[in-house]
Amino acid sequence: MPTLSLKVNGKAVSGEVEGRTLLVEFLRDQLGLTGTHVGCDTSQCGTCVVHVDGKAVKSCTVLAASCAGASVTTIEGLAANGKLHPMQQAFHEEHGLQCGFCTPGMIMAAVDIVKRNGKKVDEETIRRELSGNLCRCTGYHNIVKAVQSGAANM
Amino acid sequence: MNATGVGASVKRKEDNRFITGKGRYTDDINLKGQAYAVFVRSPHAHAEIKSINTKKAAGMPGVLGVFTGSDVAEDKIGGLICGWMIHSKDGSAMKAGPHPILAVGKVRYVGDHVAVVVADSKAQAAAAAAAVNVSYNALPHNVDAAKAMSTKAQVHKEAANNNVYNWGLGDEAATAAAFKSAAHVTKLDIVNNRLIPNAMEPRAAIGSYDTGDDHYTLYTTSQNPHVARLVISAFHGLCPEHKLRVIAPDVGGGFGSKIFIYAEEVVCLWASKRVGGRPVKWTADRTESFLSDAHGRDHVTKAELATDSSGKITGLRVHTIASMGAYLSTFASCVPTYLYATLLSGQYNIPNIYAEVDAVYTNTSPVDAYRGAGRPEATYVVERLMETAARELKMDPAEFRRRNFITSFPHQTPVIMMYDAGDYGAALDKALELSDYRNVKARKAEAAKRGKLRGVGLSAYIEACGIAPSAAVGSLGAGVGLWESAEVRVNPVGTVEILTGSHSHGQGHETTFAQLVSDRLGIDINNVSVVHGDTDKVQFGMGTYGSRSGAVGMHAISKALDKAITKAKTVAAHCMEASADDIEFKDGAFTVTGTDKKMDWSAVALQAYVAHKPGFEPGIKESAFHDPANFVFPAGVHVCEVDVDMDTGFTEVVRYTCVDDFGNLINPMIVEGQVQGGVAQGIGQALLEACVYDEDSGQLLTASYMDYNMPRARNMPSIGEFKLGFTCTPCPTNPMGMKGCGEAGAIGSPPAVINAITDAIGVRELPMPATPLTVWQAMQGMRKAAE
Repeated sequence: MPTLSLKVNGKAVSGEVEGRTLLVEFLRDQLGLTGTHVGCDTSQCGTCVVHVDGKAVKSCTVLAASCAGASVTTIEGLAANGKLHPMQQAFHEEHGLQCGFCTPGMIMAAVDIVKRNGKKVDEETIRRELSGNLCRCTGYHNIVKAVQSGAANM
Repeated sequence: MNATGVGASVKRKEDNRFITGKGRYTDDINLKGQAYAVFVRSPHAHAEIKSINTKKAAGMPGVLGVFTGSDVAEDKIGGLICGWMIHSKDGSAMKAGPHPILAVGKVRYVGDHVAVVVADSKAQAAAAAAAVNVSYNALPHNVDAAKAMSTKAQVHKEAANNNVYNWGLGDEAATAAAFKSAAHVTKLDIVNNRLIPNAMEPRAAIGSYDTGDDHYTLYTTSQNPHVARLVISAFHGLCPEHKLRVIAPDVGGGFGSKIFIYAEEVVCLWASKRVGGRPVKWTADRTESFLSDAHGRDHVTKAELATDSSGKITGLRVHTIASMGAYLSTFASCVPTYLYATLLSGQYNIPNIYAEVDAVYTNTSPVDAYRGAGRPEATYVVERLMETAARELKMDPAEFRRRNFITSFPHQTPVIMMYDAGDYGAALDKALELSDYRNVKARKAEAAKRGKLRGVGLSAYIEACGIAPSAAVGSLGAGVGLWESAEVRVNPVGTVEILTGSHSHGQGHETTFAQLVSDRLGIDINNVSVVHGDTDKVQFGMGTYGSRSGAVGMHAISKALDKAITKAKTVAAHCMEASADDIEFKDGAFTVTGTDKKMDWSAVALQAYVAHKPGFEPGIKESAFHDPANFVFPAGVHVCEVDVDMDTGFTEVVRYTCVDDFGNLINPMIVEGQVQGGVAQGIGQALLEACVYDEDSGQLLTASYMDYNMPRARNMPSIGEFKLGFTCTPCPTNPMGMKGCGEAGAIGSPPAVINAITDAIGVRELPMPATPLTVWQAMQGMRKAAE
């Protein structure tokens, strides 16, 4: 099996992966980073969103081997120096989560949405951009509010 | 009000672990030496199993075992049960066919569990599962509830014509007489579309057998771990209860689908012993969830409403065919009976009601409780009838409802329920005001200029939750009582652990339950932890569903707190050399009446454990069970406004208003979140979610997110146009005056949406989900009729 070396949450890591190993499997099973979830098998639900080289990807649709040398950020690596990222804080403040299963993917997607659309991203854009992230608990109302408020503080 | 006490919108204590990726769901747990299970599932809707050849699979790399129904039978492991007995009108017991954990002789739906492979890795198990050779002889199948009683397909030999029961409620003759003398009768044919729950976390289980202690542990995605332990020991006969620990850690949403005891978790436990005690893990992929989670709804109903010449309702009559799927799931039988027909009086004075229900087997996934369970189906019938009748009588739908509202309480309906309190007119007034109902004409005119048809629809729902008084449900056939338990453990430093039989899978119990403790003991909520979901920690409990954790679970906690305070007063009395009768406890401090002697909560807690003063039993640990006196009856009004595109039939929910009476609120922020989420599920049912079985092949065509249309952020009304309001008539049967809020959103919303679309496009009937195609076709029908 080939050895994969990359950076995850700022730390250099390496591990043996099969060609078919998905990034999400590598993160969850080999690195124990279980904050990234698997909610479907068709790249629809978005619970597995992480950042690869600063861009949001669905880690269930990325081969681990293709991330050689890349820098991956997962939900576990979003808070810096013990301080929550403004988007994490906003999900808490706005009650943007209930069961919490979609939350890591939502937050990672939200950070990316703001990076691409700016701090003043409007509600319609947020709703459209969240098409790839499913939540069954909140009705999205407070998630959209959280993304807006997190954006303002980023 | 205490800033973290009852009534405050306290931010959730449990959030931190979820927003930092430290939640601990079943699939996040890996045990040493863990093996993986993959199930071989039926590709046929209905077939005889001629043979199962496991030889090739058993020899494949990493395979530890391949097991079938005959292995299960060899170990005398019992089948899955349905825990609620329903009797037909003729007095006969419901006709339940066997439901083995691995199929025996026959398969009855696509996805039915036939065999299991356990291997060192998931990939090895999957490869070997594909190599299990099952030879089938296909049999005639039926996936349609409406055809179940006339089809050639016979799902279970125990149930002639696939009829599980023919059940009735109400006075048939009196209702018939009311219809005979009615001035007007409104009739509707109503289908309540089958839904697939789709909690975002797929079901998962790890079964682990300890060969040293002859003891089992199950990690599972359950809303009620104690019920799982009871059923697995008492009915599957795997082991006695004290030899089984069930842990339901963080659970990623349930909505009913994780109440039930499923084959997979029992198989994982049993198979762990078969492979020498290695833990066996199974995690559903999403398609497996679509196929094997219990589905919801699937009713086909003929409904009629009788009114007199003054617009007063004189009778309501329904006949419903309810699909049970291919087997009776854990609570399936009570959903279209006691959770459905008992709510057919809605918020209205209806002197005569008769409901008849045929529950039928079909070759589909089992159907059971899904958010609201029976009550959304009842509300859909009643509120579609109300809106349609108002239009036929040329009355304003709001006024027609108001004319028929129940206004004095308690109110005994003709269908068992005794409503305890409510003010339906107040909720209607507030909803009409918040939604600016009186100016809807102007908005319709404005929308027309944009090529849109604006419609408005109302729904005045009631539901019975806080499930449930044990004696009442016992008399109706429930196999268990539906009380709840709690334990209060006070530590020497005064911090408190609350052990509850409720289970939180998104509801925020770690916060709301702590708010109650903060309120009662005057301590910070951060000095309270809430323990749930582990049968080794919590003695017993009935779990979370039916909006019961506040109304039932918190009352058990409240009772246990009463006892803990009483005990603490005894300790305080000893310490301050006073009589316990003279001790007052207020704002976290104990005082002796008429003196300046004072001890705070933590000082008393410490003394309870230091116990240097003789004369009292050390420690403070108290427990209580609470069995509610009645259901609770949340009620409210939803007002939905839609814009329908004239050319495409695309429907947008442009304004949505809910006014709910949940009695006293513990945490308004969490309550609002429950309503918003429930409404999203209702909008999903009304506009998007279609569970489609192919009639010819019996295949589930909507078994992925590519095919099953889940509500997304853009399907919901905008932040400014989604308004929530509350009215309050405290529930008189519980001391905190609470009602339940978990299901109301999903119960009230589907009829409001469909009433709005039918108003917009001027049709009488419209099936759910009202997709653009469905709405467009309905509009074409109208156009043709007009030509």
